[in-house]
Amino acid sequence: MTNIAKSENTDMNMSSGPFVDVANTPKQQRAPKARVTAQNVNVFYGQKQALFDVCVDVPDRSVIAFIGPSGCGKSTFLRCLNRMNDTIEGCRVEGDIKLDGQDVYDPKIDVVELRARVGMVFQKPNPFPKSIFENVAYGPKIHGLATNKTELEEIVVTSLRKASLFEEVKDRLHEPGTGLSGGQQQRLCIARAIAVSPEVILMDEPCSALDPIATAKIEELIDELRANYTIAIVTHSMQQAARVSQRTAFFHLGLLVEEGPTETIFTAPNDKRTQDYVTGRFG
Amino acid sequence: MNSWMVALLLLAVLSLAYQQGWSLSRRLATPEGRLHSRPAYHGSLVAIWTIAPALVIFGLWALFGTSASRAFILANLPAEIVDTGGAALQSAIQRVRAIASGFGVAGEVQPYEAAAGEALRRFQLIASATVLAAAAAFAGVSLYFARRRIATRLRARNEVERLVRYLLLACSGVAILTTLGIVLSLVFEAARFFTFVSPIDFFFGTVWNPRFSTTGAGSGQYGLLPLLWGTVMVAGIAMFVALPIGLMTAIYLSQYAKPRVRSIVKPMIEILAGIPTIVYGFFALVTVGPALSAFGASIGVDIRATSALTAGIVMGIMIIPFISSLSDDILRQVPRAMIDGSIGLGATQSETIKRVVLPAALPGIVGAFLLAVSRAIGETMIVVLAAGNSPFLRANPGEPISTVTVTIVNQLTGDQDFASPQSLVAFALGLTLFVMTLFLNMAALYIVRRFREQYE
Repeated sequence: MTNIAKSENTDMNMSSGPFVDVANTPKQQRAPKARVTAQNVNVFYGQKQALFDVCVDVPDRSVIAFIGPSGCGKSTFLRCLNRMNDTIEGCRVEGDIKLDGQDVYDPKIDVVELRARVGMVFQKPNPFPKSIFENVAYGPKIHGLATNKTELEEIVVTSLRKASLFEEVKDRLHEPGTGLSGGQQQRLCIARAIAVSPEVILMDEPCSALDPIATAKIEELIDELRANYTIAIVTHSMQQAARVSQRTAFFHLGLLVEEGPTETIFTAPNDKRTQDYVTGRFG
Repeated sequence: MNSWMVALLLLAVLSLAYQQGWSLSRRLATPEGRLHSRPAYHGSLVAIWTIAPALVIFGLWALFGTSASRAFILANLPAEIVDTGGAALQSAIQRVRAIASGFGVAGEVQPYEAAAGEALRRFQLIASATVLAAAAAFAGVSLYFARRRIATRLRARNEVERLVRYLLLACSGVAILTTLGIVLSLVFEAARFFTFVSPIDFFFGTVWNPRFSTTGAGSGQYGLLPLLWGTVMVAGIAMFVALPIGLMTAIYLSQYAKPRVRSIVKPMIEILAGIPTIVYGFFALVTVGPALSAFGASIGVDIRATSALTAGIVMGIMIIPFISSLSDDILRQVPRAMIDGSIGLGATQSETIKRVVLPAALPGIVGAFLLAVSRAIGETMIVVLAAGNSPFLRANPGEPISTVTVTIVNQLTGDQDFASPQSLVAFALGLTLFVMTLFLNMAALYIVRRFREQYE
């Protein structure tokens, strides 16, 4: 398995900005540790099978992008990783998904703890109808991460800073989060996810409802977050996948067609279908 | 004049006019000159213009026919009877009408009555024939003019649209005018009541003892407070029962229940809402009251079988489906994305409901609550049967009480004299009730509307 191990080298990323030139990233043969491993994952919605024998590893402290045409199962797969599919009526997941070697679908596992470790950012910004502060404090409060008010404030401020939102909202922390712009709302949602100190962050098309400038900001943020978090992102934009990810997985009709270093997927894919998709011939 | 016949005739005229407009406009349509509107619109337009004047004539007759015939009867009655006035004149007019209709009257028919009756019969015959003829003439003339207007460029479609809009406006006007009429009648009758009793004695009096109308207008005390207190207490107990149960039912149905369970449970709860309130009333009287009383005795508390508690609890049960159904709709409006966001952060379902769903839905739930309160305040049958009808200021819910609605029933049943304060007080009570529920409904609508704006 060859990987781009740029993730280990965090200093370089911080300055590189959102538009990482994938082709020029130095390749290293040192394979990063896989944080999440998925083996033979099958997902059914009622009688309909949505995913067929998907095997993917999500490497530690890097970004993996899931691309593919609509309805290919990439979001479904993402939602398997923190068991968000549990909330969908009639959805059944088979196969092996492990977080740090621990089976995610083990009946003994605490879903609440799992979701605290595997955070999620959704397609449409969905801040709670509460203040900006309360939005970020939500997770720490339910998980009891802060013992007093000062600690809580510290967590909120740190999370907002990490999400590059603090400077914009520091004077109105107690105003409603729903009053922010779309891009700010999405960064608020990222701050909210970061606040519970997850290890993995899942992003389901986080920029699809945003304008190009807000998108660029989020992409920049994703690139910064890679230093400390393992990120899996579903995206419809191939440019975005190329810009932010180190590895890319291409899904088609519920099958994982191909997975590999992002530059390989976009420049020299093995599969004809991948080739067609990334060159814009279908999808 | 048989009204069925008239209705049939009108329908016949309507279809004739429609057919005229339709076929005439079709004949105009040539390959060169396209019609502006399709023939169906021309037909509708002609039909509307033909029927409208006839309807106006019938409407005028319905409005003024009765007073016209009354004036005619007065003219035909001997002067000494007209001069007596009051109830005697009223019954004389009734008798003449009955004779004219061939229905017959009790007792000897006086010669002057028979003469007046015969005259009235002829008058009615002529009048209805005139009305019919006038209606037919107007319909004919307007049919002629409506037909003449038909042209390729006539914008029949736009005109029909406009007329339909006026028709709909008129229909909604009926509801508004009815409300206005009810309010005005309440206000005027209540004003008459306040000529007997001062508003201060009414609104701040603590004793309710109206006596009977035979004892005279001056006697009796009309203090609203004991009744208002009874209403508030029963409604309060009802909400105390209905709010937690209804809200939790709604939370279960909207957040936890699987679709199959929901499809069974929700209609079953809504059956509760379909039970007539009188049935709740005797359920309270026969079952709940004695059970509560026995329960009270077993723990050493004196609870009467008919009391504020009995009525309140049963009313609460009645209101449960109201609250659960409204709250269920509101809770389901909370966007899925919001719930996902909370669950994605590792919150459990109950944490999500407590911290995200309920706060987001709170204004809507408050609105539902206020609507339910205004229902509880206006509820009558349960309280009539189960509250004990005892209009005294009492703090103990185990004692019988009376409410505003029950008192209205009491004051308006049996022999009535609508000139006495004993009957007129019902209007003052009704007005009080109306104002209370009006404010509650307005508050509820305002809150619900604000809630809607949050997600749109």
